[in-house]
Amino acid sequence: MSTPSFLLVVTVAVLYSSGFYLLLQRSLMRVVFGILILGHAANLSLLLTDVAITLPPLLGGREGEMSDPLPHAMALTAIVITFGVTTFLLALAYRVWLGDENDEVPDDLEDRRISSLTEPEDSS
Amino acid sequence: MEAFLHYLVPLPVVLPLFAAGLKFALGVRLQRLSQAVSVVALAAVLVIGLVLLFGVDAYGPQVVQVGGWEAPIGITLVADRLSTLMVTVSSAITLCVLVYSVGQGAADQEEATPLAIFYPTFLILVAGVSNAFLAGDLFNMYVGFEILLTSSYVLLTQGGTAARIRTGSTYVVVSLVSSVIFLVAIGLIYGATGTVNMAQLSVRLGELPVQLQLVLQVMLLLAFAIKAAVFPLSAWLPDSYPTAPAPVTAVFAGLLTKVGVYAMIRTQTLLFDNDALNGVLLWAALATMVIGIFGAMSQNDIKRLLSFTLVSHIGYMVFGIGLASLHGLSGAVFYVAHHITVQTTLFLVTGLIERRGGSTSLNDLSGLAKLSPMLGVLFFLPAMNLAGIPPLSGFLGKLGLLQAGVREGTPLAYLLVAGAVLTSLLTLFSIVRMWNYAFWRDPDDGRPVALGTLLESSEDDSVMGPSSPAGISVVGGTRPPIGIGGKAVMTSDVFPPLMLAATVALVVLGVAYTVFAGPLIGYSEATAAELLARTPYVEAVFPGGVR
Repeated sequence: MSTPSFLLVVTVAVLYSSGFYLLLQRSLMRVVFGILILGHAANLSLLLTDVAITLPPLLGGREGEMSDPLPHAMALTAIVITFGVTTFLLALAYRVWLGDENDEVPDDLEDRRISSLTEPEDSS
Repeated sequence: MEAFLHYLVPLPVVLPLFAAGLKFALGVRLQRLSQAVSVVALAAVLVIGLVLLFGVDAYGPQVVQVGGWEAPIGITLVADRLSTLMVTVSSAITLCVLVYSVGQGAADQEEATPLAIFYPTFLILVAGVSNAFLAGDLFNMYVGFEILLTSSYVLLTQGGTAARIRTGSTYVVVSLVSSVIFLVAIGLIYGATGTVNMAQLSVRLGELPVQLQLVLQVMLLLAFAIKAAVFPLSAWLPDSYPTAPAPVTAVFAGLLTKVGVYAMIRTQTLLFDNDALNGVLLWAALATMVIGIFGAMSQNDIKRLLSFTLVSHIGYMVFGIGLASLHGLSGAVFYVAHHITVQTTLFLVTGLIERRGGSTSLNDLSGLAKLSPMLGVLFFLPAMNLAGIPPLSGFLGKLGLLQAGVREGTPLAYLLVAGAVLTSLLTLFSIVRMWNYAFWRDPDDGRPVALGTLLESSEDDSVMGPSSPAGISVVGGTRPPIGIGGKAVMTSDVFPPLMLAATVALVVLGVAYTVFAGPLIGYSEATAAELLARTPYVEAVFPGGVR
């Protein structure tokens, strides 16, 4: 059994780390980009499951001549889902920006209210 | 009868989807016909669920190979005891919530745009939930999760008011991360075993090296624990649920977290036959219960308080899963059914409280017991049920779990038993606090809102920015919009009959669990035995044996 291309593995690793890094930012737009990159990383790792990924699926017809079509089908489904959700997220980010002129993800208001109760009153 | 039973299995998925399409075709012109379509579709799903419930109990798991493709290749739908029970309970809940929202939509005269989207989206959500329960392979389960999550994004941000967009974006991002983890786990599992069929996986995963098994198991549990809001991964829930309109919060709180719990049960029983992670699950259950209920105690808003009790009571179910014994699983299954119903009921009642009292803040509400005794009864029964007062079903569910813990007999199990009892007491404390403030206080002690007041959402844009800590309003906080489409609502002491009828039906259902507790516990024990044996499920999918 051969191993998948080293370059592909490195690509997936880089995509994951940059995706999660962007996800942890405060700006919603960056978070959306993070989600996009994570989606790509997930789809690529689906393709990594097949060692013969360089061969075309279904052509050839015998094992060894073609790649496994199932990861392709799964990646296709996942791409469609990621696409739809990204569109929705972009619309959300636009609405946040319309309301606020900035798209930072704010804290939970009620949590801040409760934690403010425990702090001594600031006289200033 | 038996030969035709399996034809019913795809219907809980197909019918709501079909009804949603039909509603889009009908458009906004034939309102009444369109409402009737959705109610009939969900009522039919409920009937099918009940038929399957008895059928599966008598004849064993029912399997459909969609399109006639045999199991490892095609899409398999499996209805065993657990999935049928979940489908039945969820269809009962969604039917009631649908009727409630029809009543609310009619009363608020929100016939226009937002509502034209609300009902079809709700139906698609139901289809996704059923698909997740019935899926016989992991990838189909992922698709079911995506269907229900995508419709939940739309429902949560209905109307597009600032508060809903703010909480909605957090919810969407958290859910997407969990979906990505799930998807990657499926990819890795396929790479390691060459299949995504759960029956086949139950054999093949066991043949993998132990460390690899552990990685896959942790990834799946992580994805599902985010959805189920198990403690370290639960922070998103109390922030995102309360701003949605009452029917949406009700079905989210009742149902969506339980889909995660269902998937955890499947992972721990069908897919992986080891007990390596049971200890971790037990600790997570303890933290979820205790920390969740501490959160509930400090809340002043009924919706947020209930969201925290929701998180805390997920801990009970994880407790049962972590024990992994016959009695533990049986207790967890019974508790899931009970908790879906009770939590949904409480959120629907909160919607009614909001219409009567004009607020859900405990600072504002007062004297409801005098002003509206009916609300008192509707709130009291499910609230006591949640706290686990004998003889209600919440008590029976907790008792089952406690007995399972004692039977286990390890120090950790005893610690969890203690934690569960403490949580139960503190739940009672939170509920008594709500009751004292909102219902028993003198009507003049709070800040009563006169009848006929227009409740507009009082969102201050300056509060939204992170740069303005001064914008924290200390009393009451921001008032989220109430109407389904985010419109203002008039306070009134007359409830729309459909809203009331749906709430009463759910309260009665909650009490029915108590009355029929014997057969129900019998059923959940049979479910647990079937889950632990694993063979009935596998043999139903592969009658000729697994390769």
